[in-house]
Amino acid sequence: MFTDHSPLEKIFCCCLLAMMLVSGPVKATASPLQKVTFIPQWVPQAQFAGYYVALETGIYRKYGLEVTIIDGGPHRSSADYLKAKKADFASFWLTTGLELCDRGIPVVNLAQIVQRGALMLVAKKQSGIVKPEDLAGRKVGLWGPPFDVQPKLFFKQYGLTVKPVRQSYSINLFLRDGVAAASAMWYNEYHSIINAGIDPDELTTFFFSDHGLNYPEDGIYVRRETWRQKPKLCRAFVNASLQGWRRAFAEPKLALDITMRNLKKARVISNRVHQEWMLNRMHDIILPADSRKKMGRLNKEDFQRVAAGLLKQKIIQKAPPFQDFYQQAAGE
Amino acid sequence: MGWLRCRGIAFKLSLLVLSGVTLVITLILGFNYHLSRRLMTEKIEENAFNLARATANRLNTLLKAAEKIPAGVAQTINELRPNRQELNNLLKNRLAGNPELFGIAVAFAPETGAPGTNLNSCYYINRSDRIEKSPITYDYRTHDWYQIPQVLGRAVWSEPYYGKSGHAIMTTYSVPFFRHENGQRKFAGTVSVDLSLNWLRNVVSSLKIGKTGYAFLITRNGTFVTHPNFNLIMNETIFSIAEAGKDPGIREIGRRMIAGEKGFTAFTSLVNRHRYWMVYTPLPANGWSLGVLFPQNELMAGIHSLTKIMFILGLGGFFLIMLVILLTAGQITKPLRALARSADQIATGNLETDITIPGNRDEVGRLALSFAGMQQSLKEYIKNLTETTAAKERIESELNIAHEIQMGILPKIFPPFPSRTEFDLFATITPAREVGGDLYDFFMIDDQHLCFTVGDVSGKGVPAALFMAITQTLVKTRISLSSAATLGQVNNDLAHDNPSLMFVTLFLGILNIVTGELEYCNAGHNPPYRTTPGHPSRVQPLASTEGMALGVTEDFNFSSRRLKLNPGETLFIFSDGVTEAMNNEGELFSEERLENTLAGTGGKEVGKITELVAGELEAFTAGAPQTDDITMLVIRYLGGGKKST
Repeated sequence: MFTDHSPLEKIFCCCLLAMMLVSGPVKATASPLQKVTFIPQWVPQAQFAGYYVALETGIYRKYGLEVTIIDGGPHRSSADYLKAKKADFASFWLTTGLELCDRGIPVVNLAQIVQRGALMLVAKKQSGIVKPEDLAGRKVGLWGPPFDVQPKLFFKQYGLTVKPVRQSYSINLFLRDGVAAASAMWYNEYHSIINAGIDPDELTTFFFSDHGLNYPEDGIYVRRETWRQKPKLCRAFVNASLQGWRRAFAEPKLALDITMRNLKKARVISNRVHQEWMLNRMHDIILPADSRKKMGRLNKEDFQRVAAGLLKQKIIQKAPPFQDFYQQAAGE
Repeated sequence: MGWLRCRGIAFKLSLLVLSGVTLVITLILGFNYHLSRRLMTEKIEENAFNLARATANRLNTLLKAAEKIPAGVAQTINELRPNRQELNNLLKNRLAGNPELFGIAVAFAPETGAPGTNLNSCYYINRSDRIEKSPITYDYRTHDWYQIPQVLGRAVWSEPYYGKSGHAIMTTYSVPFFRHENGQRKFAGTVSVDLSLNWLRNVVSSLKIGKTGYAFLITRNGTFVTHPNFNLIMNETIFSIAEAGKDPGIREIGRRMIAGEKGFTAFTSLVNRHRYWMVYTPLPANGWSLGVLFPQNELMAGIHSLTKIMFILGLGGFFLIMLVILLTAGQITKPLRALARSADQIATGNLETDITIPGNRDEVGRLALSFAGMQQSLKEYIKNLTETTAAKERIESELNIAHEIQMGILPKIFPPFPSRTEFDLFATITPAREVGGDLYDFFMIDDQHLCFTVGDVSGKGVPAALFMAITQTLVKTRISLSSAATLGQVNNDLAHDNPSLMFVTLFLGILNIVTGELEYCNAGHNPPYRTTPGHPSRVQPLASTEGMALGVTEDFNFSSRRLKLNPGETLFIFSDGVTEAMNNEGELFSEERLENTLAGTGGKEVGKITELVAGELEAFTAGAPQTDDITMLVIRYLGGGKKST
């Protein structure tokens, strides 16, 4: 095409072409993205698939957010990060939220993601445990607060005295029969036990939610001042996150690809079938049992049940008013 | 199978033999393959166990060696109660003396620690050039390496974990030590050694089994510690692999492995879909399990190629046998085919066809010879048959001539005397064979007297006919107006020279046609019937003259009788062929039936009467073969000078 033109004309044409190419993307950044940080309460895994999907499929950007997800983990508490303003948004349990309020740290629950508690006790049938009463006098692995609230209430409910053993992050003490029963999350440790070669029918499970101790777990929290100053931002983050969850449930393969990528990046030891199990269980505990109810809402009854349990266990002295603690950010 | 029937012998033979050959070859190949495979599998199993056991022993020895160090330190702590400095030196010395160890630590239970600090531990790690103190900054009480031996009260190898550098996979062996307070044993802490798993991985990955065989090591939880696929290491357990591959068989194998069992099993890889034999054996020291996979296709390659060669050889043999059979069968059946062609020719009547006799005297040769003999016999037979037939035809024609002559003797023109109005006469004879032994005759002796005879010669055929002709001639020669005298003379003539002892029954009547007077003599013949017209007509037999058959004995005195016929009366003279005619049931026609028939013949013409009786006879016998001559003669007296119309 340049055969009949002078060298100068050629240069001019090239410049024109380059300008045309560059001018395209400039228009897209009409309003600047707001930078926010979020920390889940544990390492990257399918427990937080919705957030990673929202981030990687551009849902947050669509809501005008430029989100950075900070890896949580055993040595990086999401509650501490929120308190120390190292993160704008954090995910932690409802019990943690109530505890923070009790300690005078002003946090607000914007959305209750997990509706049904996945905390459970697992025992080997071989050890003779088939009903709650069988736990009496046995060694039971318990995690530290707030994970021990439900088990302790559970034992009280059945009038049991057990020998608590402080449980680590691994299930090895249980697998080696160091404890007769162990704490487990349905979506995580339970499946790890299965994938260590113990068949489901060899296990006895006690879901606290089946024993009147349904404590909704993961929720999205902000500091009260953030909510007061930037409610729109909070709503955008929560709605984008919920959309991320919906997408993750609709496209589990995509969600798993994204989860595995983030998990590897953080050098988390895991595998795809485990994450698949976890994602499926998140689906079970996040979507409200009543299909008329919407995702991400904190029910007052749930709130009161958890607060009552914490008060009873003297973990908190005083429960905050529901309307102060919960600010519905989900929806319009 | 219908199509097979139309095929030639060569084809059928080839098909059958080749089917048999194919079956035999297939069986041999199959059996050989099966047997070789079994032997090979047994051999592999033995070798596999040996290899796995040797490797497991090697790993176990290394682990056992490492176990001794913390056990020794724990014993020293228990017995000597070293102070801090002594303990530090002890640990440093042990680490320096065992370069395979990554680190060594003593962690005290909190209540036994030095005052002021709750947690008390000392930890040394082996750098490449020096031994470095590395304080434990976290709360080790909820860490597996400390907590599990504490809770279980015995030494434990930990599950593998990533070391601080993040690259090396480590495992820790922790030995608890105790102190005794008031006679009670109390947990006082652990002595632990850290071991990099690199050396272990080296041992396992150094196992080279063919091109695609490999070995792997899993922990008591089923976690992969070594595997050629690095992605599996630490991340996956054998159970997660089984779940991902939806293969419950692998899960079962995994459960056996972590249960410390040993075994040999077929195994299909979920990664490359190759089939393996897998042998697994535990490491007694830490309960881990070593799996060694032997690729079936590689190990069986020899057997497969051997089977392939045998198959090709079998195929070659098959074609060779096919060729031989086709040639042989063609050779054997060639004379048969020629014979078949000749037989076809003979079947069309061509007896002059040449039959090729093969040179050898096998079944086919003998068959051809027999066939040629048969052809010759057939030719001779047909020649004889032709001659016999010609002779028979000649005799038959002569018999026909004799029949014609016999018939020629008998008067056959009716009415015989058209000018005579006094009587009507009709006669008929139906011989049983071509030449019969019955006779009848009538002639005018003079103007007034009509002579008529009906006889039956004993026997049939030509001799009977000749005897009959003689009798007839003799009657004509000896005739007089006395019937008894006539018969007496005829009897003497016949009996005089009668070597064959033939005889004849004869009825002779002489009718005076003017007066109607009848003089008759019956020489042993059936009595004739006299029919007087009426409704019904009266039928009665003529009275007997008690005469004897002619030709039996000479000089017999015959007597005669007389009667007078009225005009319109009819005489019916017949031979025993009429009354003894037999139907298929063996029943005789009988005099009774004849009388009944005649009763209905009142005014009928004389010709019609014989017709009527013949019709009745035919109806009675209903096709049964005629056994005797049937002769009937009817005379109706019409009266002097008048003739009925």
